[in-house]
Amino acid sequence: MLEYISQPWSWWVSGIIISGTMFLLLFFGQSFGFSSNLRTICSAAGGGKFVKFFDFNWRSQIWNLVFLIGAILGGFIAKQFLSTGEPILISEATISDLATLGISAPTSVQPNELFSMEALFSLKGFLILALGGLMVGFGSRYAGGCTSGHAISGLSDLQLPSLIAVIGFFIGGLLMTFVLLPLIL
Amino acid sequence: MKFIKFLVLGTMFGIVMAKSEAFSWFRIQEMFRFQAFHMYGIIGTAVILGVIGVSLIKKYKIRDFSGNPISFFPKEKSVLRYLIGGTIFGLGWALSGACPGPMVVNIGYGYLSMIVVFVFAIIGTYVYGIIKDKLPH
Repeated sequence: MLEYISQPWSWWVSGIIISGTMFLLLFFGQSFGFSSNLRTICSAAGGGKFVKFFDFNWRSQIWNLVFLIGAILGGFIAKQFLSTGEPILISEATISDLATLGISAPTSVQPNELFSMEALFSLKGFLILALGGLMVGFGSRYAGGCTSGHAISGLSDLQLPSLIAVIGFFIGGLLMTFVLLPLIL
Repeated sequence: MKFIKFLVLGTMFGIVMAKSEAFSWFRIQEMFRFQAFHMYGIIGTAVILGVIGVSLIKKYKIRDFSGNPISFFPKEKSVLRYLIGGTIFGLGWALSGACPGPMVVNIGYGYLSMIVVFVFAIIGTYVYGIIKDKLPH
């Protein structure tokens, strides 16, 4: 059994579990939206004293911070107990496209060129990680949600704003992938 | 004790993000290059089941565990904030290969450089809070 679930999970099993997570959160009186945690953290750190947007009762969001801690724990468990250590099997086309950008084929989960300690402690590597994080944090709050809040929760409720946001995710993602990444990397 | 269920759900979420490989920069690149069905299959399955489930919750007025009706709040009508905000988010998603949830899953998995990405995501949210009234919404 453990050997079986240590293999990568198929897309449909994963999709079922993700929607199950959303429904269980609804059943427990909450909703599935991860990026709200970023605002909650700003507020819990005292941001409400300086910026009105962070002046709210962040304690009502502790449940979501606990969910975040669970997600860290889940990553740890997956690595320690449910992993075969095999590299991620992505398509050959992606491997050859990434090679032209100087990113070598997967040897694990993440490219060493971007996420190794050597990359982190180089100026360019640090700026890439920082800029990526900044845009995710800024954009998710501007759009009022991230992949979980818009693409999963919002689309499940057939909300037009969420569809517009997801279209935006792809405009940005395609622009980065095909126009900016070749300039940056 | 009332938070334990959220810890369990978060753990389940973290494990599925890792085991589905949706937390990998490579998988996000493969998605934006339309070179595999994998990520579309994951999100598509979740959304199709989500649409069916949410419509059933509404139709049968299903209540949550404490007996309150499960309600859905329509998001405010607008185009600009979703389009511009979404585009900025997408730029960051394709660059760092992670949205906020998978960032912390990566940290648990041992990719400590994701801490930097996550801290800057918090800073990005803070910057939005400062200038939000000057932005078109």
